[in-house]
Amino acid sequence: MSRFKGAQSILPIIGVVVIWEVVARLDLVPAYMFPPFSMVMVKMYHLMASGVLEDNFVASLARVLAGFALGSAAGISMGILMGCKETMNRSLHPIFSLLYPIPVLGWAPLLMIWVGINDLLPVMLIFICSFFPLLYNTITGIKGIDRDVIQAARVLGASDKTILTTVILPLAVPNIFTGLRLEAGMAWRVVIAAEMVAIPTGIGALLMRSESLLQVDVIIVCLIVLSLMCLLFERMFRYGETRLTYKWRG
Amino acid sequence: MGRQGLPTNGEDKEDFMPTIELRRVTNFICQDVNLKIFDGEAMAIWGPTGAGKTTLLNTTAGLIGYQGEVFFDDKAMEGIPSSRRGVGFLFQNLALFPHLDVASNVGYGLRVRKERANGRVDELLRLMKVEHLKHRYPKNLSGGEKQRVALARTLATSPNILLLDEPFNSLDNQTCRHLIFELRHIQRRLGITMILVTHNPVEAKDLADRVAIMDKGRIKGVMPSGSFFSSKDIHSHINDSYHDLAQPGSRGQR
Repeated sequence: MSRFKGAQSILPIIGVVVIWEVVARLDLVPAYMFPPFSMVMVKMYHLMASGVLEDNFVASLARVLAGFALGSAAGISMGILMGCKETMNRSLHPIFSLLYPIPVLGWAPLLMIWVGINDLLPVMLIFICSFFPLLYNTITGIKGIDRDVIQAARVLGASDKTILTTVILPLAVPNIFTGLRLEAGMAWRVVIAAEMVAIPTGIGALLMRSESLLQVDVIIVCLIVLSLMCLLFERMFRYGETRLTYKWRG
Repeated sequence: MGRQGLPTNGEDKEDFMPTIELRRVTNFICQDVNLKIFDGEAMAIWGPTGAGKTTLLNTTAGLIGYQGEVFFDDKAMEGIPSSRRGVGFLFQNLALFPHLDVASNVGYGLRVRKERANGRVDELLRLMKVEHLKHRYPKNLSGGEKQRVALARTLATSPNILLLDEPFNSLDNQTCRHLIFELRHIQRRLGITMILVTHNPVEAKDLADRVAIMDKGRIKGVMPSGSFFSSKDIHSHINDSYHDLAQPGSRGQR
């Protein structure tokens, strides 16, 4: 059954690749505009062998990991504080409500002036992009916990700190992981945008260079890498969530 | 807290030391509530929905604020958190920890108090006849099983006082009768003082030594459970409650 399901998900991809290869080989469009899949794979091999892809990928990955880790940690911590302390929630909610709707890239010009055009710029943008969704997902997760469950822990003798670590956080995990899962993909989108606009290294920068040199095959390689990374991050967090909660959520 | 015996005729007798005493307790729902519950006694608070029964129970447990005084064994409870009042609380929705299995739910109170859990947990699971469910999670339990697990968890910390909020609300009649019998047996065996909140007069009669009738935040009367059904009060209160609910704009009409 699982083999059948696996085949069901891989067959459409193989179909698209075959159609792509055949259409490109019909020479309806010049190869430099629409290269066949096999040519793209050869290009990918060359980029990997020369280290170009690796250097740019590692640069982007480092920015994503730094910004995403810091933004998520800050968002979750602030979310816990605001979810548990109503006074904090009431005080900070109006400020965050004003900041949250600003598109992440809207911060770019301001950050270019404040932090300069360097590695910190995409990290800061990813920080902002990850912070707000994790903040609100954590608050929603905590607010959604049955108050009686928390009161039950209290009557049984648990301190606030114990309630936080043994009841609140485990029960907020599904919401937190939903935020992590969605925002991991978003972090990759933001880093590419930042690199395309301002940074000379990374997958986004490679994309921009390829565009100016009309290297469609390199552009497609970059897009494939991006797609795989977004998928990998999403699956990684889905796996983490399942591991942590499948016993009690089913 | 030594057991000192119960007043036999249902009256508050000054010769007996009350385990729980509420004096002029008032908050957003309770109005000037005075009530004494004696050592080892089971007291039911009976009344219609919205009478303030749950609020009174939460007040006794120290979960919500109040004016007036609450005494446990003549000791004022003001400023003492619910975790140090020696109460076991069975919530209306049972409030089991969904992320913990049955054994961990029952042992939670012992673990957070850094007491040995294993033997005690097994003992309670046996007492409540849920030993075989030890490794199951709450989502995989029936209503009656959840009830037993919640009661085991409540008893785990050996509370002196048991507070039960509509404990059999969601159960079918047969399970309910069975659990009432078992709970009564356990309460008597362990000599725990118990306050039970219910809107079901049969539950109140079967589980309690005395019944306090509560309506609109006030205690309207206290009587032995034996004379509960023959009391004029219960019939007038039932009639009043239904009459109120039938009025346009009342809670029942909204």
